[in-house]
Amino acid sequence: MENNEYLEVFIEESKEHIQSLNDQLLILENEPENMDTVGEIFRSAHTLKGMAATMGFQDLADLTHKMENVLDAVRNDQVKITSEIIDVIFQAVDQLEGMVLDIAEGGDGSSDVQELVNTLQAIESNQGFEKINESTAKITDNVTKVVTRDQAHFDQLDQFELAILDQSKENGFENLEVTVKLNDNCLLKAARVYMVFEVLEQIGEVIKADPTVQELEEENFDLQFHVLLVTKDSAEDVKQKILKVSEIEEVIVSTFEQGENVQEENDEKDNVEKQSNEVKESSKNKTADDSKKKAGKGVANKTIRVNIDRLDGLMNLFEELVIDRGRLEQISANLKHAELQETVERMSRISGDLQNIILNMRMVPIEQVFNRFPRMVRQLSKDLGKKINLEIVGAETELDRTVIDEIGDPLVHLIRNALDHGIETPEKRQEAGKNEEGHLLLEAYHSGNHVFIEISDDGAGINREKVVNKAVSNHVITEEEAKQLTDKEVYQLIMSSGFSTADKISDVSGRGVGLDVVKNTIESLGGTITIESEEGKGSLFSIQLPLTLSIISVLLVEVEKEKYAIPLSSIIETAIISRSDILNAHNKEVIDFRGKVVPLIDLKNVFEVPSETEDDELYSVVIIRKGDKMAGLVVDTFIGQQEIVLKSLGDYLGDVFAISGATILGDGQVALIVDTNTLIN
Amino acid sequence: MEEVTSNHQSIIIELDKEEYAIPVEVVGAIERMQHITRVPKTANFVKGVINLRGVVTPIIDLRERFGMEKAEHTESTRIIIIHMENYDVGFIVDAAYDVLYIPEDAIEPAPQVIGTVDADYIGGVAKVDKRLIMLLELEKVLSKESYQAAFLGQEG
Repeated sequence: MENNEYLEVFIEESKEHIQSLNDQLLILENEPENMDTVGEIFRSAHTLKGMAATMGFQDLADLTHKMENVLDAVRNDQVKITSEIIDVIFQAVDQLEGMVLDIAEGGDGSSDVQELVNTLQAIESNQGFEKINESTAKITDNVTKVVTRDQAHFDQLDQFELAILDQSKENGFENLEVTVKLNDNCLLKAARVYMVFEVLEQIGEVIKADPTVQELEEENFDLQFHVLLVTKDSAEDVKQKILKVSEIEEVIVSTFEQGENVQEENDEKDNVEKQSNEVKESSKNKTADDSKKKAGKGVANKTIRVNIDRLDGLMNLFEELVIDRGRLEQISANLKHAELQETVERMSRISGDLQNIILNMRMVPIEQVFNRFPRMVRQLSKDLGKKINLEIVGAETELDRTVIDEIGDPLVHLIRNALDHGIETPEKRQEAGKNEEGHLLLEAYHSGNHVFIEISDDGAGINREKVVNKAVSNHVITEEEAKQLTDKEVYQLIMSSGFSTADKISDVSGRGVGLDVVKNTIESLGGTITIESEEGKGSLFSIQLPLTLSIISVLLVEVEKEKYAIPLSSIIETAIISRSDILNAHNKEVIDFRGKVVPLIDLKNVFEVPSETEDDELYSVVIIRKGDKMAGLVVDTFIGQQEIVLKSLGDYLGDVFAISGATILGDGQVALIVDTNTLIN
Repeated sequence: MEEVTSNHQSIIIELDKEEYAIPVEVVGAIERMQHITRVPKTANFVKGVINLRGVVTPIIDLRERFGMEKAEHTESTRIIIIHMENYDVGFIVDAAYDVLYIPEDAIEPAPQVIGTVDADYIGGVAKVDKRLIMLLELEKVLSKESYQAAFLGQEG
């Protein structure tokens, strides 16, 4: 496809416009009188239509066009916004999104839009008819004007242009309408247009062109264009002069008659405009304020689009640098050369700053994920017959792109879960003495090297009894075990596979697959999820995620002569214990760690390290955790904490047991990164 | 097969006193022996990984891959870095020699059995100046099946 190079841009921008449509529609639903929002929606739809038409996606353009018409009617106060209209427009936006996605996946974006187009048409015309009674036939005039525009090119002149035409007539100038048709095989259309204009400027003044001059320069026209010219030359002279430009097929010059009709129509239009201006006057001040705000924000957000591949490339190169930095630090520490040490330290500082900048560049506000939720919650609450007020806090919180890409689905699941199982129906809520409207809070914030995302609702909370019964009947746990579980442990149960407590299975959630998938996804991102709940008051799902995935902090340990890296995020603490502290339970070595029985895992055995030395009296143990479970990894020595770059072991080896990757140490050697999650089961 | 037969510029390596040819265009580098980080729970012929200019590269001992006797590493032991389509690997070989041009008419199909090696990874045999050179088929040498087989074999 010849448009390929633009396709990517088209898809990106379309997505942005669709998102903006969604956002603004939600605002509009709450403030139906807000004409700024309508304007905003209209502009997005309009741009989308233009882009789609240019790219040749006809269905997309058709649908947006109809949407635009409805919005235009709203803007001109011909149609009142109702919830039904918003619904239809939402449907249209959904379909648009589907089409854009189809295009993104290589489809042609075609889709049966007829039904929606008809509905939109109905909205547009129905309401229009009602209005006609009140305000005569102005609207039909408007409509016909649009239709006839192709024949009469200059019927929509503004006051200024009309004034010039009037004046020139008085001063004995001729007002000519010039139609120029270019040769079929004209190659440089814009150049020809330029030459024609050159000629015209010499003999008079061009008042207006159709298409506009800008469009002409961009070759955004077929073969024909029209120019309104004020000149002293005769029509025939003008024609001859233009024909001197080569590759011109035909020139028609006629006197421009500014028909009374047109004049009247314009007057009428002015009136309409004035009226609406008056209506809008009241909100003008507000508009001005808003636009000021927008301008300020616009400047702050000056950005360029960079392909993610380039950022990845930059990141890879920088990772190389981090490795060499480590090496340099080690060399300078060995040499103890003051000047060298100073330089290396300086370099380390700078590369540290550089690291922050590069990591920041890959950071994307979580807004990208959050902004689809208002729509979803709106739809779901309608489907479920519940009233829900969604509050989003900290949408500007930034996360690494790789994390952003993965976190969307789990969040969707958790929100669906909260709406379906958490928040009760309005009747139940009233019975419980709560506000009829349920409250769902979605909050994101940074803390240390982690990002927290919390989903809390003021719904029914988790019923311990119910969960335990279900877990027992589904053979997730035994009855004896159930009695010993803490509340937190019980809540964790709802995230084990094959579990669903909803009495009836609904479309929204509760197929029993889901929360366990959520948990797995989050853990695969190096994160954790915890649940807090109070029956009758609500629940809180808290997700903790690492800021970035490619550079991580680890504890380096030595096992015999091999070095391993253990991610700090999974370490609780390190301890040195003597052999006598080790107890035996079920033939397994365990230790008593702060009142808890923690199993010991000897890395030497797990990794089959060739052993030379006898067991020491003292054991170095790294206490790691996975969710609520803990384990102690027995190693030989702790080396220290270090920032490392995560590298894959390569395709040939594929997945290796208990190893999540490798890294290159300061001395150039490879150390393996321990996957603590697989060690605890 | 294609790689081997369509281009006969090959690097000649030695394994257990026999000579093998690897097409020159897949060879990324020839390195001296260096520290190899052992990776636990992999096939026995995978010796571990090395840092090859920032890329973590798995290293395979070709002797063990071909079921030959293990040998001490000597001064002449080399690691041949191979660029495959999706990954790099390194082969430990007894020695690496010259680049040799093998004329097409010198290549004969591989005999069913060569010595003790069950040799589906031998793409052909070439006679050049009284030297007998076996052409390696890298796809077979590095096949997932062979890796799995070796891995499971040592497990059970």
